Amino acid sequence: MSRLVFSGISKNFGAIQALNDVSLSIEPGEVLGLMGDNGAGKSTLVKIIAGNFRPSTGELSIDGKSVVFHRPIDAQREGVEMVYQDLALADNLSAASNVFLGREPLRRFGPIRYIDYKRMNTVSADLFKQLKSETRPRQLVRRMSGGQRQAVAIARTLLSEPKIVMMDEPTAAISVRQVAEVLDLIRRLRDRGISVILISHRMPDIFSVSDKIAVLRRGRLVCHKLVGASSPEEVTGLITGAIDAA
Amino acid sequence: MTTLDEIINNSRHDSWFARLKNLQVFWVFIAAVLACLALSLMTDAFTSERNLFNVARNFAFVAIIAIGMTAVIASGGIDLSVGSNVVLSAMVISVAMSGGMGFWLSAGLALGAALLVGLLNGILIAYAGMPAFVVTLGSLSAARSLAMVLSDNKMIWEFGPDHGRLLWIGGGSTFGLPHPLYVLCVLTVVMSLVFRWTRWGQHLFAIGGNENAAVLAGIPVRRLKVSIYMFSAMTAGLAGILMAGWLGSVTTNLGQGMELTVIAAAVIGGANLAGGEGNALGAVVGALLIEVIRNSLILLGISTFWQGMFIGTFIIVAVAFDRFRNMRR
Repeated sequence: MSRLVFSGISKNFGAIQALNDVSLSIEPGEVLGLMGDNGAGKSTLVKIIAGNFRPSTGELSIDGKSVVFHRPIDAQREGVEMVYQDLALADNLSAASNVFLGREPLRRFGPIRYIDYKRMNTVSADLFKQLKSETRPRQLVRRMSGGQRQAVAIARTLLSEPKIVMMDEPTAAISVRQVAEVLDLIRRLRDRGISVILISHRMPDIFSVSDKIAVLRRGRLVCHKLVGASSPEEVTGLITGAIDAA
Repeated sequence: MTTLDEIINNSRHDSWFARLKNLQVFWVFIAAVLACLALSLMTDAFTSERNLFNVARNFAFVAIIAIGMTAVIASGGIDLSVGSNVVLSAMVISVAMSGGMGFWLSAGLALGAALLVGLLNGILIAYAGMPAFVVTLGSLSAARSLAMVLSDNKMIWEFGPDHGRLLWIGGGSTFGLPHPLYVLCVLTVVMSLVFRWTRWGQHLFAIGGNENAAVLAGIPVRRLKVSIYMFSAMTAGLAGILMAGWLGSVTTNLGQGMELTVIAAAVIGGANLAGGEGNALGAVVGALLIEVIRNSLILLGISTFWQGMFIGTFIIVAVAFDRFRNMRR
């Protein structure tokens, strides 16, 4: 059974057709590389999955169950997590505090409830270990490399045992070595059976880590196939419109 | 840049002395101690019991509000209305008490008035999305005006049946220490714990660090902001009540320009005006340093007109210090 199925999803904002009859599916433990030029509809698609927008027509289902998201929290309850492009981390707090931000575990001491830092540190240390990242829970995010920041943002999503993790340009603006680190993080998510939707402009990243590739152009899905059956040249052609569809 | 460098860097930071050295509180405290030492050598008056008592009491008022200000600044905001909130609270309690009301009820009213100003500040900033600077600048003007209306701009020095109690609470002492100092100590300890160990404290710093991240993490940012401005207003109201008791009379120019001293104390103590940093103890030490400097000017016979120059220089030096530290990072 597919993890996530889009059937005939369209979205229009007034007269603007942002998505036009998009149907695609993702399996558990699969990485989908989502590509397209600016304004092709990638972010609209992502925002529909994340619960920011509701589709104008069409249906979304997770694990065979039809779902309707009214707010982002509805999507989170169904196991959809989002890693934002700017990572949405508080620089002045530690890695552990960021992982647990808004979900801090509490302990009771009589009538007083206080934050359980010990638990936060052990749980996040464990998450970083699973991700094979050299990030220490007590380290301030401000002092971290781009790859470590990604690890913190991803560890955040793992806290709620997600089914689908969406990543928006995770490899933009970081060094080559850190890109490799982030791609490894994505593979670890995949190995845990999590479906990953990776949005990127960087062709090598998509081809090295994705199982399937989807290309949007002007709101239409022009390609949805296994990475092995495609090539960077073809995808470039699809994005720009030199190739009509594949 | 590289991870190796960072590991080396961090292991160096981990030694407790190195960490202490990086703490602004530490340096400010050293500065305050040095100033005290210099003063006790240069003048006989500084170490006199009477003078130390005065210093301890005077700095307590600023320090109490500076703790509230630290919460606001750490969350990325600013509260310019605290000075006016002091006079509003002091005026409410004195008008109520001179009208025959008891101390506790009047104190409740005074705090209520201050909290109301904080609530209004918070709602306009958090829900209407207006800049904190502008909103609190407006309430700075409005609250003082309200205090003038309330008192008809007259001095009040009769506090009704509980007169003695008010004077004792604000101006009295127990075991040789002035009462405001006790209030300050309790507030410092409680707020140090709250900042570090509660969700409210953590989320406050998260908002100051990256408000967008806090919103995305599902933190009720707006409600939290309102509570932060109310907390700041409450510290100002508390100081107003204590100051009314200390002075034994309340005029409408009480607390005028106090917001600058308070902000200076918080910033000198390590609160980052860009948000995300600050601590209660730092605010207290910052206030102490300012009071020691002020006191020294008087004792050394230097015109008090120089006071503003010193405080202003201190703010700039504190911010420059912070800049410098961040550059090295």
